[in-house]
Amino acid sequence: MTKRVRKLLALLFVPALIATACTGSDRPEAGALGVVEVESGSAVQVRSLNAITGDVAFFGLPLERSVVLAIEDYGPIHGFEVDLGTGLDDLCSNDGGQAAAQIIVADEDVLGVIGTSCSGAAVAAAPLITDAGMVLISGGNTSPALTSDLAGTAGENYNVGYYRTAHNDLFQGAAMAKFVFGELGLTTAAAIHDGDPYTQGLAQAFADAFEAEGGTVTGFTAVNKEDTDMVPVLTEIAAGSPEALFFPIFQPAGDFVADQAPGVSGLENTVLLAADGLLNTNYLALSQTAGMYFSGPDTRFGENVNQSTGKTAQDFLAAYEERWGEAPAAPFWAHGYDATTLLLDAIAAASYLDGDTLVVDRQGIRDHLNSVEGYSGLIGTINCDDFGDCGAARITVVQNIGGEENAEASMDNVVFSFAP
Amino acid sequence: MEEGAPPGGAPRHRPHDDTEQRAHDGAPTGAPRRRGLGARLLRPRTRVDWFLTVIRVAVLIVLVVGFAAFIAQEIDPDNPFARWANPDATGLTGPQFRGLVISGIAQGSMYGLIALGYSMVYGVLGFINFAHGEVFMVGAMTGMITSNKLADAGLWESNFIGSLVFIVVVSIIVSSLTAVIMERVAYRPLRGSPRLIPLITSIGVSFFLQNASVVLLGPASKSYPDVPDWVKAKHTFLQIEGAKILVIVVAALSMAALWYYVDRTKTGKAMRAVAEDAEIAALMGIDVNRTIVKVFAVGGAMAGMAGILWGILFRSVIHTTGFLPGIKAFSAAVVGGIGHLGGAMAGGLSIGVAESVGPLLILEPLGVSGVSQLRDAVAFSMLIIVLLVKPAGLFGERLPAEDRA
Repeated sequence: MTKRVRKLLALLFVPALIATACTGSDRPEAGALGVVEVESGSAVQVRSLNAITGDVAFFGLPLERSVVLAIEDYGPIHGFEVDLGTGLDDLCSNDGGQAAAQIIVADEDVLGVIGTSCSGAAVAAAPLITDAGMVLISGGNTSPALTSDLAGTAGENYNVGYYRTAHNDLFQGAAMAKFVFGELGLTTAAAIHDGDPYTQGLAQAFADAFEAEGGTVTGFTAVNKEDTDMVPVLTEIAAGSPEALFFPIFQPAGDFVADQAPGVSGLENTVLLAADGLLNTNYLALSQTAGMYFSGPDTRFGENVNQSTGKTAQDFLAAYEERWGEAPAAPFWAHGYDATTLLLDAIAAASYLDGDTLVVDRQGIRDHLNSVEGYSGLIGTINCDDFGDCGAARITVVQNIGGEENAEASMDNVVFSFAP
Repeated sequence: MEEGAPPGGAPRHRPHDDTEQRAHDGAPTGAPRRRGLGARLLRPRTRVDWFLTVIRVAVLIVLVVGFAAFIAQEIDPDNPFARWANPDATGLTGPQFRGLVISGIAQGSMYGLIALGYSMVYGVLGFINFAHGEVFMVGAMTGMITSNKLADAGLWESNFIGSLVFIVVVSIIVSSLTAVIMERVAYRPLRGSPRLIPLITSIGVSFFLQNASVVLLGPASKSYPDVPDWVKAKHTFLQIEGAKILVIVVAALSMAALWYYVDRTKTGKAMRAVAEDAEIAALMGIDVNRTIVKVFAVGGAMAGMAGILWGILFRSVIHTTGFLPGIKAFSAAVVGGIGHLGGAMAGGLSIGVAESVGPLLILEPLGVSGVSQLRDAVAFSMLIIVLLVKPAGLFGERLPAEDRA
């Protein structure tokens, strides 16, 4: 018995001794987070962590695909191929984000992760991934809690090593509030969220901005994601008789709110407003959403060129359609693309060749991302602030023309634009 | 079968012996138990008894104070009592309150229809078929596919009632078939094994059906075609939406049909006989297997009907649609007294109304925040409260220890 244990220990120690003996060549000093060595013939490891199944797959799939296309367009880094592995699923939930992050950090060769799609997943995934020395760059998270309040205070879920190209929802909330108060001329409004950090953050940002504009918030409440009968929550809201109701939630709960609101006494003429979580062709095609307003990122990318790949939004959409036979169902694909090229640029800047081996300094990746300024991406000019907010803050409000046949056109039916 | 016994139910043996009763109440064995409130209060009490009494009293206080605060804020939101309980109290208008109740009844009648399936299977086989919620989902999915096909053909708009009858028929056939196949494949081979085994099998069947739906139809939520305006619009009668009237009326008709089937037909008699005692029923010449298949088919049909009503009312269905309504319907069956058909319907209605009205009637006046998120909590609290007061459910009868699941 003891003999066997001793044998086993010896077997374990020998490779460890060899490994120690082999290090110690004269290289530049490694950063505080250590280095990753990619041997000749291996690939640089990055991962995608997006909501690719479930109700929000319409939102996560274009993000994951944008990562795939960006890696292909970018090409090798110092002659090393980039490997995305299997796309991981954040399930758009805290649990999903945590489970996937644990899988990712178990592989010590991973340098960075593009994701998550949902802020709720990032809350759990970001601490794990950033603690492992990796960076997490999201094209879809918008919750202010993940970065900062834009006034120098870190959000409660901010982690060093977290970045995003999506906007901070403080901008989106302000845009919607200005639109409702200034453009529509309504002075009372209510907001509904579903407890998710994204929906809660955005509903709160809207409520705060609306009161700052001079309006009155008559109700602020939450639903459960699984609820179907919205009459009770709408009745609670109706008690305050708001002129506008903002519900930045997801499907399917969003379907039921829009469907049942006009039937609740006191909400017959209330203007319905939603945000980018519901801004997709599937939702716009529903009859009950005709005439509704949606805030979201400005997707009029025009002739913006991604400086790392030289591609424009048109090039991307053409490649996307050719590859997957459909147009992206929701915005943020451009944000995912830019997030990926930023990561690949940072890896390239933080690595050097040591003989046949590519040595990547983890701290170097973060240093590069912290200093991003004036980077030209599909979404426009990208500057990263001290808390990882790299997104362009341009928000638009679109109105649903109504009808299934107009769903695509409604996505571009801009009625209001906002830039801070 | 004696007169007045629950149709299709499982009265089994009524517990006449006192030991059984005491064991149920957690009281120590000893002196024979006397009946009557005074006697109950005087009998030796354990810590469990005290604990239960404290909980009962606490629940009662919450209900009474919450309701009183609601009445106070209805009289005048500036009433000091209402203000004390909830400084932001606004109160509800009449139409708002009516809307809540109607929506609760509509939701509750669907819970009731699903609960019938739980109750019937329990009555006959003595186990909980947790996959029954998924049979409901299959019904709703079938309705979604059929109605979209009809809408593509233009029939949905031009002949709504005809289309509705058609999708109801198709959906009832498919969900009955699902339930029958489920019985044949998953439960019949386990007949005679301890009842925990089919129970766990049913959880497996439930996951199988959910995932089969994801594989066949994809994970996104799918919508029913738009219903005609008269279904959406509020009608002069009580200002109720047509869809809700439809749901309530159809649920009532289905319930009546089921009652007739179980209580007045020969097959129904056979079902009741099998529920009473399968062995003796077999000796009397009743084909037990066939009767059990029929029980599953009828339960499936009720779930399929509920699925269509769900589709008409909410117009959206997803593979997890059956889960929460299934659990709530199961609670409804327990609240009503499992094995009792009228009880299942009553349980469904009471849970539906409680979860719809409860948050705004009891919790909001007490100043609880985010009350609408607590509707599930209210629904399941309803279950706990009923079981605290009547451990066998509203209409249920106490089962002897060896018959309890």
